[in-house]
Amino acid sequence: MEVMFWLAAAAAVLLGLGVILARQPVHAAIALVGVFLSLGVLFLLLHLQFLGIVEVLVYAGAIMVLFLFVITLLTSGRQPLEERRETDLPAQLSSGVGLVALLLALLVYGLVGKGALGVPPHVAYPQYGDLIPFGAALFTQYLFPFELTALVLLVAAIGVILLGRERRSGG
Amino acid sequence: MRIPTSYFLVVSAILFALGTVGVLVRRNPLLMFMSVELMWNAVNLTLAAFARQFSGMGGQVFIFLVVTVAAAEVAIGLAIIVSIFRHREIVDVDQISTMKG
Repeated sequence: MEVMFWLAAAAAVLLGLGVILARQPVHAAIALVGVFLSLGVLFLLLHLQFLGIVEVLVYAGAIMVLFLFVITLLTSGRQPLEERRETDLPAQLSSGVGLVALLLALLVYGLVGKGALGVPPHVAYPQYGDLIPFGAALFTQYLFPFELTALVLLVAAIGVILLGRERRSGG
Repeated sequence: MRIPTSYFLVVSAILFALGTVGVLVRRNPLLMFMSVELMWNAVNLTLAAFARQFSGMGGQVFIFLVVTVAAAEVAIGLAIIVSIFRHREIVDVDQISTMKG
């Protein structure tokens, strides 16, 4: 089981690097799909059965398809590569590396300094992460946020339709 | 079952940092958007790790809601990018500086 974790974690990190370093948008999109699949594996390792499948279905199956549609329809394969402003690159990279160092330092302080590194994982009940308890909670205790997300999706759909209309020349 | 929570937190922190660097370094709006997606997924992994640690149903529902809201936001964001692209092809978000103060 540990081997799966190391493989999925390494794949997620390497493909994440591929997303931010790829020259072509389609390569970055494929790398991001790989990140979602690796994260689906990591969710399954955390006993989250339904959410692992949801992650792959919704993110890799719907959102990235939308991304790829927009990339391929808008740029039509003649995507010019991003020019990189050479004067800004050292500042960008150093700020990025600084941010990574800060995050990892905070994490190390929280884990090692406070003694949380060796805390054993804890799964209270055997059906943790199963679909039926999750569905029961979603439709009873968390019904109101669920209905609100339905409203959010409705607003998003209306917004996309409005934004996609052909602009009259007066707009 | 035997993988400590801190391992997942480290992976999540690295992915979040990669996403942030991607947003800062990239200048194509679609690629910036993809880096923001990477950040969301890092946060989802943190939520999932802590949900297992504390066996909370709220953590799982939170992940579900984050995925839904991220999907809605991607739809609207891509619609905005498409409507900007209609006028001219954008490879550098610095070209869209009409609102610059």
